[in-house]
Amino acid sequence: MATQQTPLGLLATDSLLSSEDRDMRDTVRKALDRSVRPHLAEWFEAGSVPARELMRQFGDLGLLGMHLDGYGCAGTSATAYGLACMELEAADSGIRSLVSVQGSLAMFAIWRWGSEDQKLQWLPQMAAGELIGCFGLTEPDFGSNPGGMRTFARRDGDDWVLNGTKMWITNGSVADVAIVWAATDDGIRGFIVPTDAPGFSAPGIKGKLSLRASVTSELVFDDVRLPSSALLPEARGLSGPLSCLNEARFGIAFGALGAARDCLEVTIAYVGDRQMFDRPLAAYQITQTKLADMTVELGKGMLLALHLGRLKDAHAVRPEQISIGKLNNTREAIAIARECRTLLGANGITLAYSVMRHANNLESVLTYEGTSEVHQLVIGQALTGISAFR
Amino acid sequence: MKICVLVKEVPDAAVEKRINPSTGRMDRGGERNLNPYDTHAIEAAMQVKEGGAVDVEEIIAVTMGPSTAVRALHKAVSLGADRSVHLSDDALAGSDVVATGYALAKVLERESPDLVLLGQQSDDGECYTIGAVVADYLRMPSLTQVIKMDVTPGSLRCERQAEYGYDTVEIELPAVISVGDAINEPRYPSLKAIMGAKKKPLDAVGIGDVGLEADRVGEAGSKVVCGDFKAPPQKAAGEIIEDEDTNETVEKIIAWLDERKLLA
Repeated sequence: MATQQTPLGLLATDSLLSSEDRDMRDTVRKALDRSVRPHLAEWFEAGSVPARELMRQFGDLGLLGMHLDGYGCAGTSATAYGLACMELEAADSGIRSLVSVQGSLAMFAIWRWGSEDQKLQWLPQMAAGELIGCFGLTEPDFGSNPGGMRTFARRDGDDWVLNGTKMWITNGSVADVAIVWAATDDGIRGFIVPTDAPGFSAPGIKGKLSLRASVTSELVFDDVRLPSSALLPEARGLSGPLSCLNEARFGIAFGALGAARDCLEVTIAYVGDRQMFDRPLAAYQITQTKLADMTVELGKGMLLALHLGRLKDAHAVRPEQISIGKLNNTREAIAIARECRTLLGANGITLAYSVMRHANNLESVLTYEGTSEVHQLVIGQALTGISAFR
Repeated sequence: MKICVLVKEVPDAAVEKRINPSTGRMDRGGERNLNPYDTHAIEAAMQVKEGGAVDVEEIIAVTMGPSTAVRALHKAVSLGADRSVHLSDDALAGSDVVATGYALAKVLERESPDLVLLGQQSDDGECYTIGAVVADYLRMPSLTQVIKMDVTPGSLRCERQAEYGYDTVEIELPAVISVGDAINEPRYPSLKAIMGAKKKPLDAVGIGDVGLEADRVGEAGSKVVCGDFKAPPQKAAGEIIEDEDTNETVEKIIAWLDERKLLA
């Protein structure tokens, strides 16, 4: 039998990476192989994850806010951050979400829109994984239309008083600090809310069939009083939270491919082993056609992600370009996960293999950080000059 | 205390190693990496430093190799070395173990370390001998297959793995210690350490800088001459016994061994 190549090895996409980026990617992969992958099926089934312990571990590794400069962050390239997301999501989308929310949403919001005092107060401990952050933008009735949010921050003397509800908040129940976006008399503003503030609660969302190895919560603000120093001074309007979402979406463009790659690798191993009519499943043309098509999409997605990485490293990436990456790579990843499931037959529906866990996770990934439809409209607007959201 | 760790750039574990028939040397065209055995030596140095029994002033990674070997040094530094020295010179190409040991010893003389650590073998040449050669040139005691080290100021108590069990050996420093891969589980470099590796000092030296005699290194200075090369004979495919019923499987294995008179 001829030697076998891996799906991404076939396109030699590693040749597009710097040795430093490759070293970082390999380090993340090894760390996850050792302490995360062996437990994933168990965490997913139990619907719980040792978030605090993982955060510490990821902090030691330097993963949290890795692409940010200063304040205890590693200061890597955006491409390296994308590659790390890919490894994290090859383990599980929930684990990648844990890291994305900490680094791209909560830490980035403070790093980009916070005061120097706020950065010094929060970022080093968040980078070390000692403090967990979450990010509250979406509300029960306002997902794709965040501008309609009802959460309101009222001025009371020098203080702010926060009331409202946020929904689908990753890390909400385990967070020490929440970045909360609220309407004010002065438009949408961002606040740093310690989760021990009186009036703050974060009940967990139960019964999820997706992202089970991840904490998802509601955030409830009942007259939460905040000092004026809680306000992110530099962010005004929706551009504040949207800039954070762009960071996270960039990571997802890589991350989703990690889940797809894992599905494909698991499937290639499976079909090589599984005998049907006295031949391995891999020896059938219908199997090879499926594998080839999936590998082509994975490779195209990887080239797209790396291109976005280069643009971002050159500070030249535009939101609609990130939308192309998020749209294509999550859409193709979920298609790959589902196709892999067909090749695993009944075995594919169990937690003994990662494919259906990935497929179920990707249902969330397809929807959060901008649904596929929203990204289509972002691209549509860029092409026509006409906003068609409403 | 000053610790030098000898490291080497080798073909990546995933690369099929082959000898270039025209040069008689290993084909180094493919992906390369830090010799995995050396990561145990760096980790051992780090544990001495962090153990606190002695005061370790610095850990220096030392290599001899072509320009690409810088990557192996960056890795060594990301794993904890404070700085690195790269001996590189066209005149060194084709050096055998004795010539390489001589060259490395000259670099080490310049550093005058209290302890020299290295991995038990390189993942390419697999000679297992370079530590002893270096020690001989430096007139230092040498141990191999060390799997436990207790350092005190001026001496070192080691356990070394032997065929019959373990030797406990106490030796005076300075010494050259080749560590077995059972000595520790090397840590991962943090992403910050990988990012910072290129900023740590790297001293690039040629044979003139370390007082090497050119005729004692390279092809001309090496007594080992590679003659003919043959690919190892193809092994027949093994027989796979599927484990459907374990009792039956055991019987099948016993029958297989018995047929070949392998059971006493």
